[in-house]
Amino acid sequence: MSWILAAPIIIPFATAVLAFLFRHGPEGRWISVLGSAALLVSAAILMTNVLAGGVVAAQMGQWPAPFGITLVADLLSAVMVVITGITGLAVAIYALADVDERKEQLGYHALYQVLLAGVCGAFLTGDLFNLYVWFEVMLISSFGLLVMGGNRQQLDGGIKYVTLNLVSTILFLSGIGLLYGMTGTLNMADLHSAVQNVENPGLLVVVAVMFMIAFGVKAAVFPLFFWLPASYHTPAISVSAIFAGLLTKVGVYALFRMFTLVFTTDVAYTHTILLWVAGFTMVTGVLGAAAMNDFRRILSFHIVSQIGYMILGLALFTPLALVGAVFYLVHHIIVKANLFLVAGVARRIAGSTELSQIGGLYKTAPLLALLFLIPAFSLAGFPPLSGFWAKYVLVKAALEDGGYVIAGVALVVGLLTIYSMTKIWGNAFWKPHPAGVHPTLSSIAPKDLAALILPIAALATLTCIIGLFPEPFIQFATASADQLLNPEAYIQAVLGADAPGLALAEVTP
Amino acid sequence: MELLVAIMVGVLVAASVHLMLARNVLRFLFGLVLISNAANLTIFVAGRLTPESPPLIPYDADVPVADVANALPQALVLTAIVIGFGLFAFALTLVYRTYQNLGTLNSDEMRLAEPEDDTHVAAENKTYIAREAGQ
Repeated sequence: MSWILAAPIIIPFATAVLAFLFRHGPEGRWISVLGSAALLVSAAILMTNVLAGGVVAAQMGQWPAPFGITLVADLLSAVMVVITGITGLAVAIYALADVDERKEQLGYHALYQVLLAGVCGAFLTGDLFNLYVWFEVMLISSFGLLVMGGNRQQLDGGIKYVTLNLVSTILFLSGIGLLYGMTGTLNMADLHSAVQNVENPGLLVVVAVMFMIAFGVKAAVFPLFFWLPASYHTPAISVSAIFAGLLTKVGVYALFRMFTLVFTTDVAYTHTILLWVAGFTMVTGVLGAAAMNDFRRILSFHIVSQIGYMILGLALFTPLALVGAVFYLVHHIIVKANLFLVAGVARRIAGSTELSQIGGLYKTAPLLALLFLIPAFSLAGFPPLSGFWAKYVLVKAALEDGGYVIAGVALVVGLLTIYSMTKIWGNAFWKPHPAGVHPTLSSIAPKDLAALILPIAALATLTCIIGLFPEPFIQFATASADQLLNPEAYIQAVLGADAPGLALAEVTP
Repeated sequence: MELLVAIMVGVLVAASVHLMLARNVLRFLFGLVLISNAANLTIFVAGRLTPESPPLIPYDADVPVADVANALPQALVLTAIVIGFGLFAFALTLVYRTYQNLGTLNSDEMRLAEPEDDTHVAAENKTYIAREAGQ
């Protein structure tokens, strides 16, 4: 059983080693594509196992939980690994045409695979300190990818990204130390019951807030998001896309895990903070985007704004809200990575990502216009697309919970999202090109064009499928939210059937 | 003993916050080193301090005979030190390269990625079309 859980971590690492060895030839990039495809297959196998048999857990090195390192996958972990596989493969194909040889020789593909390994490890681990280690794996490879090539803007953005993320890891580490001091365990399933017996519940809330800040920096929530719009528009397009799709979502996932499984002792306090954070994150993100005039910078601020919706689902902490949040998480990764990929193609044929410098794409590259329209309007929440269902469920959950103000905020932010998407549309697609250039897709070499358009089209199709047939996805999100709110199955899978905390495992929403 | 270590952690954090609030990025990094050591000490003291009882099991026994020090926090701290060292080495190199390229360590002057006046970015981005056309 354990290899099913370990494969999504081992495959990218093995691919990274091979890709590094072959970094001087064209083999390296194809190894990266093959490795990402293998990751997707292993993720699919994991998903079928979790769907068929419930939560899957394995103890690494045969050390029994809670002493050893546990890998565990419930529905949320499994779907996150699958999405990592999908996005990873799409961006690896895109990188065939996007990443130049100099970066390949510096080890781009190896770092990229290490990044995927770190992300999958963070989704699959059931041990808090191990989560810290995966965060570091992810961080160090993202540092490398971000500043690779070393132009001045990259270094400038890199400084802010590196310093603020390092502060967050220190807070995470201190939180781990204090939590261990109070409970004597670091296994997340074991912590669920151990925190109920802590002598000083007030101190536990302090530690909970430390974790909230640490993961909040990673997830880029208000007021901790400043590193994101400073850095995400500077690296290569494929790096931007994978960062935008996956990295902040690891922070969101960690918040979900900790604040449904461990820190549920004082929901009224902690989740109220999260609710305020969610509201401010949505508003500041979308206002920041409205002020920007660059394709990628608008999209970067929208990441922040969209994170607010996911945190909103966690903060409301009702079954329906968590359904919306899980659905939103899945939909958002696909859409956001895709928008960055489109921005890359637009830059390639029109010459810039600065909206005042480009134009005319609708007339001369209608296919690209269509491929932009799908993720852009999905992000804004137009009815037949996936974003509509995600927002609909969340707003409905907020209204049912009596949160009329936050529901109103969510709707207004949706409107403002449309505003900045139409700004991109009007400037990059409708307006004639200021330099008189007629940007066409045929100006790209056919081989490159396939590598660029194929992943965009595939992700757009996926967005349409989720939008047109939302029922199975909503059902999946419902089952996943149910597992989050009733973690008995998770605890039983990790600790065994006679786990001491099972009697206490009732979470009241 | 715990109190002494706790006070030491407090002093380290205070000093590091002072350093990290500076505009100079290098001072920020030194603050980061101090605060990461404070975090390591926090983990160490959270595992309870038990002096003079090393976690050693006699050769002919399966379990320790007397109360011994908790080995887990030490293992955690060791891991955290190694990771922290690697990250610090990277950060130091990054700061050095940034200083070489931008000619400043003042974080207020680092406005290349987010210029106050957005037209500068537009001007620099123009280079792309020449490069792509040249391929």
